[in-house]
Amino acid sequence: MYVAVKGGERAIENAHTLLAHARRGDPAVPELSPDQIAQQLTLAVDRVMSEGSLYDPELAALAIKQARGDLIEAIFLIRAYRTTLPRFGATAPVDTAAMEVQRRISATFKDLPGGQVLGPTFDYTHRLIDHGLADKADVAEPATATVADDRMPRVTDLLAANDLIEPSPDDSGTPVGDITREPLSFPAERDLRLQNLARGDEGFLLALGYSTQRGFGRTHPFAGEIRFGEVELEFFAEDVGFSVPLGRVEVTECQMINQFKGTSTTPPRFTRGYGLTFGQGERKAMSMALVDRALRARELGEEVKAPAQDEEFVLSHSDNIQATGFVEHLKLPHYVDFQAELGLVRKLQREFTEGAGVREAAE
Amino acid sequence: MSGPTYNFAYLDEQTKRMIRRAILKAIAIPGYQVPFASREMPMPYGWGTGGVQVTAAIIGADDVLKVIDQGSDDTTNAVSIRKFFAKTAGIRTTTRTADATIIQTRHRIPEAPLGPDQVLVYQVPIPEPLRFLEPRETETRKMHALADYGLMHVKLYEDIARHGHIATTYAYPVKVDDRYVVDPSPTPKFDNPKMNRSEALQLFGAGREKRIYAIPPHTTVTSLDFEDHPFERYRYDAPCALCGSSEGYLDEVITDDRGGRMFVCSDTDFCESQRTAGNKGTMLAEAPEARR
Repeated sequence: MYVAVKGGERAIENAHTLLAHARRGDPAVPELSPDQIAQQLTLAVDRVMSEGSLYDPELAALAIKQARGDLIEAIFLIRAYRTTLPRFGATAPVDTAAMEVQRRISATFKDLPGGQVLGPTFDYTHRLIDHGLADKADVAEPATATVADDRMPRVTDLLAANDLIEPSPDDSGTPVGDITREPLSFPAERDLRLQNLARGDEGFLLALGYSTQRGFGRTHPFAGEIRFGEVELEFFAEDVGFSVPLGRVEVTECQMINQFKGTSTTPPRFTRGYGLTFGQGERKAMSMALVDRALRARELGEEVKAPAQDEEFVLSHSDNIQATGFVEHLKLPHYVDFQAELGLVRKLQREFTEGAGVREAAE
Repeated sequence: MSGPTYNFAYLDEQTKRMIRRAILKAIAIPGYQVPFASREMPMPYGWGTGGVQVTAAIIGADDVLKVIDQGSDDTTNAVSIRKFFAKTAGIRTTTRTADATIIQTRHRIPEAPLGPDQVLVYQVPIPEPLRFLEPRETETRKMHALADYGLMHVKLYEDIARHGHIATTYAYPVKVDDRYVVDPSPTPKFDNPKMNRSEALQLFGAGREKRIYAIPPHTTVTSLDFEDHPFERYRYDAPCALCGSSEGYLDEVITDDRGGRMFVCSDTDFCESQRTAGNKGTMLAEAPEARR
């Protein structure tokens, strides 16, 4: 005999209590504060802000704590919060040449105006576990330099002055698109593609960018420049009739310089791929620049044949919140549909067995 | 009841208006998939965000909401969505199909016929019925525009050639108002006939894929088939083991590890109302006093 049970609501509440318990871990260990995360797990915070598309280090840190360090879960929390916020408009284009640079490197010129600034980087560290960090870290005072008052020109601007690289398209004055307010349709223009990539999953873009380097949509890239630092944001306020400063944010910008081809109307010159993230996110910015360039295949008259060049493929699958939701929804009950399939398989098996009898009788 | 930081039914009024415009367009063109600017919801994509947004856009303070998943009010995700609206909109909820003004569902259509004052909101994972025949949206939109559904008929024909019958058991494609081929969301094909000339408005929301479509009341909905291979509804060998009804769609429950199993109604409200009316299946036991 069988009793139809109920208890979903209670089970959910219990599961969530258990989650909070697991999040806290051993109570003998001091509790993690969002401050500690914001200060000491900066790169995790930066990634959550980038892919969550909301610049708010404190909130991102809290989301990471709430998500038990699962960054995609933290990004999800930020996205769900962001979508409830009112939207006042778009800022003026950010002038990254006026960035207060903490790091700036170019792989295309040995030296250049503004110089190479290594800044805080894992590059050239030997990846040996530092057991010293298990205790209190002994941190030496960093070297300092005076901040240059001058603008630090972008490598691409230097090349563009000699017409060696395609110019950055002029500001057409048309408002930039917003895939969080309008559904994406294809073909998608570059503003929408870049927005999609900026929100896209770092791992997905990394793999796609890597695939272009291995020949699936090769673009012959050079890291023209990667810079990281603070930039000023300005917003043109209609009410007062002038731009007002909104504050400063940290960004990483990558300008890839890619092979030239030229057409019957344009001379051969280098082309651009662009990547931008909040905070310090070089891997993501570089991957984004590679994929941006690959997605310009249609515009530049290249044959579209590799996954990274296929905008419907890339843009439809880059969002890790959409992806994780749909992959993980397989956890939800599917027993109604499964029942329908079970019935069919049983029917097909019955027909197969009966058919086997007929086949044997015929022999 | 509504939290201080969120609007009634969570979404802001601008967003609700945008969704309502998409719904109106969908009703005006039955079966056409209307793109809409789907929002990020505080539950994951693929877990009913499309249905939740449609419900949030149409729900009013006087509405009574029922949420089912697999036909049941007590499945975890149904509980979660029902609580979401109880919390953010402070509306009344119910498990009784007849009492509800809005029924949000995943994978089933209630057994009891719906009335003109009811709206059925489907959660849809993949709104495009042609998606698994043609992965590109740019192509499938063209196919719909031209009513070019040859590919779908070829697929169904190939089923017949291989198996002797159409081997699609759920998400069985239908044609709405003799124009658009529509995915009924992955409901079992058992439910397809209930969509035809329903008195209730049927709304479909796909959040991740950013599409809304609709079947207005009294619209003709036909399951695709062939003259010599007409659409067939699945029939069970035995009635529900709890209520004895032979009307509904049944779930298989495994009762032991020696091959024991029984079949029970997937629509839990339907099953309960049958039992309340005094009907009894062969396996029904009375629940002991619940520990709370």
